[in-house]
Amino acid sequence: MIAYLIRRLIYAIPILIGVNLLTFALFFVVNTPDDMARMQLGIKRVTPEAIEKWKLQKGYDKPLLVNSRAAGAGQLTDTIFWHKSASMFVLDFGYSDDGRSISHEIATRMGPSLAIALPTFLIGLACYVSFALLMTLFRATTLDIAGVALCVVLMSISGLFYIIGGQFLVSKLWHLVPISGYGDGGFKFVVLPVIIGVIGGIGSSSRWYRTIFLEEIGRDYVRTARAKGLSELRVLFTHVLKNAMIPILTGVVVVIPLLFMGSLLTESFFGIPGLGSYTIDAINAQDFSVVRAMVFLGSLLYIAGLILTDISYTMVDPRVRLS
Amino acid sequence: MMPVILWSDALVFLLLGACCVAFWHIRRHEHLLLPWRRVGRSAVAMCSLLVLSLFVLVGLLDTLHYRVALNGAYSPEVLSVFDKLAEPLRLHTEKTYSAPLAVALYAKESTTDEQGRVVRTYPRLKYGGAHLPEASGYDVARRALTGAIAGVLAGLLLGFKARRAIGVTVVILAALIGMTLNLAAVYHVLGTDKVGQDVLYLSLKSIRTGLIIGTVTTLVTLPLALFLGVAAGYFRGWVDDVIQYVYTVLSSIPSVLLIAAAVLMMQVTIDTHPNWFDTAASRADLRLVFLCLILGMTSWTGLCRLLRGETLKLREMEYIQAAQSFGVSSMRILSRHIIPNVMHIILIALVMDFSGLVLAEAVLSYVGVGVDPSMISFGTMINGARLEMAREPMVWWALAAAFGFMLTLVLSANLFADAVRDAFDPRLNRS
Amino acid sequence: MSLLKVKDLVTGLASGLAIVDGISFEIAAGETFALLGESGCGKSMTALSLMRLLPDGVANLSGDVVLGGVSLFDLPERLMRGIRGGSMAMIFQEPGLSLNPVMTVGAQIIEVLALHQGLSGALALQRCVELLAGVGIPDAAWRVNEYPFQLSGGMKQRVMIAMALAGKPRLLVADEPTTALDVTIQAQVLQLLRDTQASTGMAMLLITHDLGVVAETAHRVGVMYAGQIVEQASRQELFSRPLHPYTQKLFAALPQAGLRDQPLAAIPGSVPPLGSIVQGCRFAPRCDRAWSLCREQTPAWITLSEGEGVRCHLYDRIEDGGFRIEEKTPKLQDVAKPNPILNPESCILKVQDLQVHFPIRKGILQRVVGQVKAVDGVSLAIAKGKTLAIVGESGCGKTTLGKALLQLIPPTGGRVVFDGRALGARASMQMVFQDPYASLNPKMRVAEILEEGMSALKVGANSAARQAHIDGLLDKVGLERAAKWRYPHEFSGGQRQRIAIARALAVSPGLLICDEPTSALDVSVQAQILNLLKSLQQELNLSYLFITHNLAVVAYLAHEVCVMYLGRIVERGSTDDVMNHPAHPYTQALLSAVPRIDEGAREYIRLAGDLPSPANPPAGCHFAPRCPCVQDICREHYPNAVNVSESHVVHCHFQSISVDGMTALD
Repeated sequence: MIAYLIRRLIYAIPILIGVNLLTFALFFVVNTPDDMARMQLGIKRVTPEAIEKWKLQKGYDKPLLVNSRAAGAGQLTDTIFWHKSASMFVLDFGYSDDGRSISHEIATRMGPSLAIALPTFLIGLACYVSFALLMTLFRATTLDIAGVALCVVLMSISGLFYIIGGQFLVSKLWHLVPISGYGDGGFKFVVLPVIIGVIGGIGSSSRWYRTIFLEEIGRDYVRTARAKGLSELRVLFTHVLKNAMIPILTGVVVVIPLLFMGSLLTESFFGIPGLGSYTIDAINAQDFSVVRAMVFLGSLLYIAGLILTDISYTMVDPRVRLS
Repeated sequence: MMPVILWSDALVFLLLGACCVAFWHIRRHEHLLLPWRRVGRSAVAMCSLLVLSLFVLVGLLDTLHYRVALNGAYSPEVLSVFDKLAEPLRLHTEKTYSAPLAVALYAKESTTDEQGRVVRTYPRLKYGGAHLPEASGYDVARRALTGAIAGVLAGLLLGFKARRAIGVTVVILAALIGMTLNLAAVYHVLGTDKVGQDVLYLSLKSIRTGLIIGTVTTLVTLPLALFLGVAAGYFRGWVDDVIQYVYTVLSSIPSVLLIAAAVLMMQVTIDTHPNWFDTAASRADLRLVFLCLILGMTSWTGLCRLLRGETLKLREMEYIQAAQSFGVSSMRILSRHIIPNVMHIILIALVMDFSGLVLAEAVLSYVGVGVDPSMISFGTMINGARLEMAREPMVWWALAAAFGFMLTLVLSANLFADAVRDAFDPRLNRS
Repeated sequence: MSLLKVKDLVTGLASGLAIVDGISFEIAAGETFALLGESGCGKSMTALSLMRLLPDGVANLSGDVVLGGVSLFDLPERLMRGIRGGSMAMIFQEPGLSLNPVMTVGAQIIEVLALHQGLSGALALQRCVELLAGVGIPDAAWRVNEYPFQLSGGMKQRVMIAMALAGKPRLLVADEPTTALDVTIQAQVLQLLRDTQASTGMAMLLITHDLGVVAETAHRVGVMYAGQIVEQASRQELFSRPLHPYTQKLFAALPQAGLRDQPLAAIPGSVPPLGSIVQGCRFAPRCDRAWSLCREQTPAWITLSEGEGVRCHLYDRIEDGGFRIEEKTPKLQDVAKPNPILNPESCILKVQDLQVHFPIRKGILQRVVGQVKAVDGVSLAIAKGKTLAIVGESGCGKTTLGKALLQLIPPTGGRVVFDGRALGARASMQMVFQDPYASLNPKMRVAEILEEGMSALKVGANSAARQAHIDGLLDKVGLERAAKWRYPHEFSGGQRQRIAIARALAVSPGLLICDEPTSALDVSVQAQILNLLKSLQQELNLSYLFITHNLAVVAYLAHEVCVMYLGRIVERGSTDDVMNHPAHPYTQALLSAVPRIDEGAREYIRLAGDLPSPANPPAGCHFAPRCPCVQDICREHYPNAVNVSESHVVHCHFQSISVDGMTALD
């Protein structure tokens, strides 16, 4: 099993290299630094000197892949690729357009992101699974049908609506909690984004879990459990839930590391100083270094999630653990 | 008048052609028709299909583009047949915000009255309710009622032979349309936005954008996912390794970030080559097509993984082994045995993806990496209206209209998708 | 006094369509009642009805089930739960799927103990170990902590039985308990069930399609057809004097050695779909003794004596001594002639030392650490127009062998010579697969299916010639010509298998590899397919390589037999030699494990344990660890081939010693 995990870790390396090359191609080959400079400076102020100056400022004044003017290892290291892309492997993300260290920014913004995303994730999971179990317990009754219909309606509503509507309702009509902002990160700042985040996911997630439960409940071992004389609740909670954990984990564990990245929409609407709003701001300001850094960080965390998923399998599935 | 075929139009026509070919093909094969009959038996599916086809109709009318001849040259403005049909809506722009069915602007303005005094009043609208001396609830009610009655009559005429649920849907839809048409002639049914454009017109125009995002994307997704997924599953070995590597790399980047990065780069390209486009519409359109391309590039991996898994299962089926023992070529096995047997997965995935893509468009446009800001879409409508949330009293109608139309579209798409899945998924019990 | 009384049980869909249509029977304590019938006749639904465990959409519509004086259908669900797993327990067909994969075996049994015996903690654990040991699981104390996937199929079924016994049931419902198991394991499990019954005195409802299992286990039998019991009798009565034409046909359809030179009495057609026959006898359309009354009037249940009866118009006037059918005449004429020794020149296929190994990869770098020797040096030859059967239990490598011959799996080593040439032309060899539902592409018409091979191998000059050929093929396999425009889902299992045979024949092969072609079919349909294969062989001078686990089919169809064990052939010879005078202890055990319907006393050789993993075969003779007559030498050296007679070869030290002994005596 350890060998298996080590193999997964080793397998992650070429994927990260792939992501790195992809971002490099996207940011420096599709459009050359000259193009970016032209765009950033605005059409009117473009002069060759201005472009050179901009490139020098941002550290884009080097060849892309091979520096024929440098000597020895410098041929490879004194390039944009080495400084801007390869350096991300050691989590050195460089500086944003406003001159701040991206790594430092990421470190300080992870906290607020997590403060919103983690409760949303945990409460959400609990809600969705319970709702799905409820529908499964009452399957093929009016309650189940109504539940599914509710899910379909809820998942047909835009996520933007939940945020705008929720914000309006709670903060404006009822004056309960601040409409946005993070302040000291206290409960009153966190509660609204979390509730809205949970409600936003109810439709699709509960329905998905219900499908999983229903698939499990049709299996032969469930019939065996019933033939033992177990009550329907016992069957559902001890037998079905344990087995359904395996497909549920596939979709759930992988996002845990990504919680650090926060949610783009929620954070920007509620003014949470997390990584999500950082990303949005960078997109709006067309700050390529930050977007690049976030892309790399995102895939790093995703791969961490994949490995975590594998580990979680070994915990719930004896077939993986013992063979 | 010069017909204009934008890139997205061409792709829509391509899709339409593909649908017609598929339709014709399915008509001739009883076993292909069978699951569709099951879809047809579902009242929910047929009702949602009815709603969807109205949306598609508007979208298609909005896809036939042309430029008007203007003393020798052509106008730089690209119009569509829908624009022509909805000309009053398009041209009747007010000064700024007005509430639905209002006859006056939403905010007081200083005007000079006949006596030359400066007074703060709600100025009357140029078009909305211009036939009335003053606001009249009675006129609105009368017009709504006559429109609705005409609609109901037309609906009864159209739907009297249909099954009950469908007939009811037809009548309700017809009543709604009749009411709206009758009111829209003299009112702004859903109000006007900041620059005085009719919100109903904007909402209807947004439909095309949503539909294109939801469907044209599949033109990218489908071939990639199908060929790579099936090839990976069937050939295994290094082919599988390479394809798996590619899709793991792509799917490991959070999709919003990948889309954001790609759209930003596309924006740079578009901005640095302004000479590529002869009209603003074609520039916005190209951005839309690119957005579909990027969405397709980021969303094929899920379907690809699904198809790979299914192909791995299928290749062990005995009929494939029988074909192999005849020495049938791999290409032929793929095209005759594997692809026909994964088509239901593709169809289910595509109809299920549609609503997700429509919703994604709104979010992306809001984030600033969606469609061109000049293109009318649900996302840009919401983005524009959101800023007015803080106003007292609130300007709610543009938001409500965008969300309402989007909900109707996505809900009916979801319901239809569910029915398709129920009819095509062999794992579901059909007793 | 009966323990279980079922009266006029009707179970069906909510729409009123009856799956089980008014069946009645009784079981006394200590008695085994078998419900016998082909697939789709409603026997499993009957069992689930008794347990009140019907799937969604199916319900008990009417009738009465009384267990020990308690009417089960009147109980509230809460009390019924006390009966389920308590006084009435059930075991299922697929032990692999019926156990919860993520719970330990012990936990699953303790659940029952806690619920019905009120045991918990160490006491429950101790009882659980006792139960497991009681069903013959070695190292029970250690096995309680294992998960189902760590146990073999036979072990899992033992665990299921232990779980059922945990509640000390008075009635055990066993739904096809051995169908998924190999024949040697089946014999173990049936023995266990009999022993358990003897020691606990519980009643048993055995549900099966296998006449052999009924013959060995049941005291009384109910024969089910299309939702009804058509005949009920004691085992002795039923096997000596089957009354209903359906029962008689079931017996006649069984393949056996004595019937080699005659076609089997197949029942034409297949079981009617649910609710399709509302009037008359449900068997009438397939019955060769039906007359007009059978189609017009539903036959009533005719009680012949206590607990015995039949549902057939033939016996309407039984009181007058009328239609009682005379005893079944023994048809067993030993017609088998010794086979001529294979003339090497007449061989269509010669295989020498064929090997198929699959690498086992392990560790970080996925290095090859071993080989699964699925086929490990197999040599065989098939004569033109003859049938060679490969017999073995699941996992012995027989299917891999077939696929390797067709190059569907690349062989690791060895030589295959077909008709004098090294293997090449595909048309000369074709395969008929096991599962008629998986072997036809559901998206292709029959004509397209049949044409595919022809066009790939350029058989037939043009499309018209191919179409004519297809018509001829359909005639040959007994399907209408119009069938070619239809899709596979419109055909029954037996018809699909005919299409699959036609597909293979389309390219006029000399050799057909049949991989368990009848194991997914009911006995009556199996007889149709076997008859077809036999007549095709005579007509076209085909050779068959017949891969099967069913020894009765081998005896009926094959000229020569190879017995495989762990990738190697342990015994080879003419069918008579191998079936009547098995020389290898494994073959002897295999033959003795097959349940028989004739009641002659037989010695059952019990095999210990399960088939070892082919990744790690035992040293010396592979069979040594399970062999009843193992000697020291067996554990050290793999035995060489020993000629028992000119047409009979065996790999066994025991035989070589006895043969050597004989030569020494000479």
